[in-house]
This record gives sequence, structure tokens and C-alpha cells, in this order.
Amino acid sequence: MTAALLAPAGVFFLFLLIIPLAVVLVFSFGERAPAGGYAAAFTFDNYLNLPARSKAFINTLTLAPLGTLLTAIIAFPVAYFLAVKVSPRWRVTMLVLIMAPFWTSQLLRYYAWIMLLGAKGIPSWLALIGITDVRLINTPWAVLIGAVYGFLPLMVPPIYVSLEKLDKRLLEASADLGATPVSTFFQITLPLALPGVATGSMLVFILLMGDYILPQYLGGGKVFFIGNALVDLFLQSRNWPFGAAVSVALVLIMLVTIYAYMRFVLSRGDRRRAALV
Amino acid sequence: MSKIIGHLPASKFLEELRRYQKGSVSRRHFLGVTGLGLATAVMSSAVPGLRPRKAYAALSGTVNFTTWPSYFAQENLDNFTKDTGVKINVAVFGSNEEMLAKLQAGSTGWDVFVPTNYTISTYHELGLIDPLDLARLPNYDAAQVDDRFKGEGIIGGSTYAVPKDWGTTGFVYNSKSAAEKPTTWKEFWDLAQKEWTGRVMVHDYQLTTIGNALKYFGYSFNSNDEKELADAEKLMLAAKPHLFGINSDYKPSLAAGDAWASVCWTGDAVQLQRDQPEFVYVLAKEGGEIWTDYYAIPKGGQNVDAAYALIDYLLQPPNNVKEGIAHGYPICDKRAISMMPKELLDNPVLYPAAEALAPLEFGAAATLVNPLRAEIMARFKAA
Repeated sequence: MTAALLAPAGVFFLFLLIIPLAVVLVFSFGERAPAGGYAAAFTFDNYLNLPARSKAFINTLTLAPLGTLLTAIIAFPVAYFLAVKVSPRWRVTMLVLIMAPFWTSQLLRYYAWIMLLGAKGIPSWLALIGITDVRLINTPWAVLIGAVYGFLPLMVPPIYVSLEKLDKRLLEASADLGATPVSTFFQITLPLALPGVATGSMLVFILLMGDYILPQYLGGGKVFFIGNALVDLFLQSRNWPFGAAVSVALVLIMLVTIYAYMRFVLSRGDRRRAALV
Repeated sequence: MSKIIGHLPASKFLEELRRYQKGSVSRRHFLGVTGLGLATAVMSSAVPGLRPRKAYAALSGTVNFTTWPSYFAQENLDNFTKDTGVKINVAVFGSNEEMLAKLQAGSTGWDVFVPTNYTISTYHELGLIDPLDLARLPNYDAAQVDDRFKGEGIIGGSTYAVPKDWGTTGFVYNSKSAAEKPTTWKEFWDLAQKEWTGRVMVHDYQLTTIGNALKYFGYSFNSNDEKELADAEKLMLAAKPHLFGINSDYKPSLAAGDAWASVCWTGDAVQLQRDQPEFVYVLAKEGGEIWTDYYAIPKGGQNVDAAYALIDYLLQPPNNVKEGIAHGYPICDKRAISMMPKELLDNPVLYPAAEALAPLEFGAAATLVNPLRAEIMARFKAA
């Protein structure tokens, strides 16, 4: 009976996840055909050639966690304000307003940032007050700004949900026992919100690791992510086996990183929760 | 006075109408006796839109048209849809390599696409295009096109692609923002690293970026020699930190003033100059690229009839002129060239003097499939 209920999802995952991943794995051991594409072969050359794209890996592994961290830092106060300070009547409306930009085209939002960060945008305003020659667009900073702006609506709801479940009586109890608001925050609120932070961070991190539109538009070809390397390998270079090897490497790195992160964050939270109950 | 409809008085007309409705008389009788048949025939030949269209009669569905950005006149596509009823889906690409990758992957559903001259022999070798049936393209007159522009579309006597327009690749710079007036690739790359640091763009396209880096040293634009490519790569890597961006869609950044100079195609320079005449287009003295773009039909297209109809429509000289005015590239058809407005014919960017064109080279097919060039471009972007 359970098998029958799981069958639709199982078939879905088999054909849309397992088999494509298997194809990618097989391709990664192949060779580039003379005019580009895949030629059947069995070689480890593609994996041995991975260091040729080390810059892409380094860039992504620096900017993705940094972007996630910044998003979390900015999203937390917003979610806290929504969950704790706003009256229940307005909460849903405000949450919807925060999510609203997500419903517009991602490309439109990036173009808006290209104009804001370009020579006629923020740098020209800064020039008015005397700070000249500020270069914002096509730098890693532009990519970070775009990442935080683009993924903030994704980070706020999970944190909001876990903060909303927070038992306000715990905060009262903590105040009764003599804790200052600051230490209440760090010892009670934050650890209990960690599952929400973990979920949101995982969403944002996974999307950032694979993103190529963001570095393409806001980085202008100067910021090279793994996503850009993949697009280049599959389209311009047409070196599909090498592209497959890079994909496999990306998936492995993400599995390891996320596993480690979840262990770290959730164990912290668990210990606190165990101590509180 | 009784009303007259046609040449019958109203009461008589109604009588005939009733008889027809009841089925007592045939339609032919009704139309003949009321004079309406003759009136309709006269009218339909007088109104152009009602004239029968032989070739378009059987068309339906949609046609998928893959081309380059800002490379067609929307008016032509709208008119084609109005005349034939076939909807056009336009897709744009920034490089031939990407088009080839998509076609190699298969099942693109493209009906018409626009390849550049150096790719056609590779498409033929990989079996991705079929010879064109020129009988279905009555508006293409091979005699009206220069040999150097149509030559690469003809393989083994069969025409695989028909020429659309040609152009050159040089560089463009903003004479208001920049004090220097470069005329060579050497100056371009040197300025990119010194006085114009952070203001220069190159294409995300191996052919023009590697090719113009090769021209810095005076090598051939199409060189596949390892040592020469290594020199070009060194130059590109040295310039990379100073570049504003690596993007084939460079017009927005130039127009906004973020970038002062870029490797540039003819028509893009013309389009920029329309709004901002301070842009100067330079055909570098060492050389560069001259190219032709073609219309071709890939194998496995889902609406071949509409594909031929669309190409034929766009090659009609009046429509070809509209294309030329819209995208700003020089067109290949001599009949259409003679109909172009004078200011475009006199524009030295569009129709440079023969001496300026002499050092330019057509792209070579070997550059498309050379894995070393692809790898150099990827290393350049990753650096």
C-alpha cells in the first residue's frame, strides 16, 4: 500500500532526477567529440582537469556563503519584527508585501540594479557629494547586492515561521530570571530560531551555488561562478564531458557543505532546546 | 422613388432574395441577376489584401525564427504574420557556438536561423542543414549578390544558405568620454590596460576576442597556431583585470556611459550613433573581421513551408530595405542596396572604402571547432 502511494513521486524522481544524474555521470567519463559534444569513452581526464576551473569554484565558494550570511543577517531583524512586534492583523499583509518583488521577473530586477549601479545611478549621486570614480557594477560587490536583494524574500518566511512558533512566555520567564533583553535574545530567541535560519540559508545557498544569471548580469563576465563555467562548457566550448565532470563536482561539494552546515546549526539548536525543556 | 439595390429596385431584390433563401433558384442565378457577383469580383481585385496569394494559401501554425539581437525589422515580421497568418517566435543568441551547441543537442524546433559564414561548412559536415530548394525562394537572385558574400553558403554546387547581410568587426569608442583617438588594435588593447582601465569591453565570443587579440601582434585573425594563440591568451589575461566586462550585449553599457569602448559590429555602431553621434567606429589598421550572415533552414524544422515563406518574404527587396534601415547592417542584395536611403549609403561605417576593407579577413571554419580556442576563451573568462 505504501509502495503504491509512493509510486507517483518515485516515478517522477526516477525519470527527472536519478536518470538525468546518471546520464551526467556517464558523460563525465567521456571525451569531447571533434566538433564538440560527447563521444563515448572512459577516461578520468575530465576530473583531473577540474583545477582548470578552480577560480570558478573559489569564487562561488566565497561569494555564496557570504551572500547567504548577509541575507540571513538582514532577514533576521525583518522576520523578528514581523513575528514579535507586528500585530497579528497586519502580519500576513506585510509578509505578502515582502514577497511581492519575487513575483516580478527576476531579469527585470537585475536590469534595475544594472541601471542603479551603473554610471548614471548611485555612482553619479555619490559624485554629487564629492566621491568620484566609484565602480559598482561588474564587481563582486554588485553580485553580493544582487544576491541579498534577490533572495531576501526567500529567507524571511522560514525565519518568520520559526520565530512565530516561539513561546513568548519563555521570553517573559527569561526576563523574570534577570536576563537583559540582549542576553535573552542570544540565549533564547536566536537558538530557537536556528531551524528557520537553517532552512532559509539552505535554500539561498543552494540557489546561489548554482546561479549563473546573477553573476552574468551583475558581474558582466568578470565574476565567474560555477554556473557560468557550466554554461560556457555546454554552450560555447561544447565540451560536454568536462561540463558533466564540473556538474558532478558541484553536486558533491553541495552535498558535503550542506550536510556539515545542517549538522552544525541543528545540533546547536538541539542542545539549547534540550536545555530549555 | 423606390430604392435601387444593384440594378434592381428594392422590392425586386427582396423577391429574388426570398427565392434564393427558399431554394427555388441557385446562388449563381441570384448573384447574376442582382449584379452582386460582378460587384464582388471587381472589388476583390481592387483591394490588394483580398487578392489571392498562391504560395501563402497553405500556411498555418507558427514559425520559430532564431537570430541575433536587434537584427530584424519588427514591422516586417508583423506584416508577414498579417499576410500569412503564421505566428513568428523569435529567439536570440549571442554567439554562433551557442547556436551550434543547441542544434547539436537536437530537437530545437527551429525553422529559420541566422548562421555566420564560417559556421556553414561545419553545419553541413555535421548534417545539421539541408540544401535549400531555390525554386521556393523566388526573391533570392544569386546574380545580385557579390561572390564573396554568397560563396560560403554554396557547398558542392548546392546552396545551403542564402546571404542576409554583411558587416565588419572593429571597435567603437565614445569620443566625448575618451581623449585618445586609437586607430589600431594595438592602441585598443594598450589603452584598455592603461588610460581606459575599467572602461573597455570585449565580446563573450571566442572568434572576435581571440581574433582581435591575435591582430595586436599582427597574426592572422583566424590563426590556430599554438604559439600565436598562447601570445593572444597572455594579452587577454593581462587585460582581463582592467576590462569593464566580457559581454556580447555591449550597447546598454556603452549607451549608459559605464564603458567607453568595446569591440563592435557595424550595425551596433550605427544604432549607437543614431542616439549618440559621439561614438566613433574604427576599422583597425592591422585588420579584423569581415563577415556575412545567412538565412538557413535546419533539419527537422517543424514548419518548413512557413520557413521558406519567411525567408522569401524578408528577401523581397522592399522588405530587405526595411531590414537594412532597422538593423543598420549593409545588406547583400544589389537591388535592395539601390533602394536604400542616401544617408545610409553614404555612411562610411556601413559602406567603408575598399582600402579599409582590404586587411579584413572572413572567419575560418577551423576556429569554430578548435578545442584549444574554446579552452582559451574559458580560461580567459575564469581568470
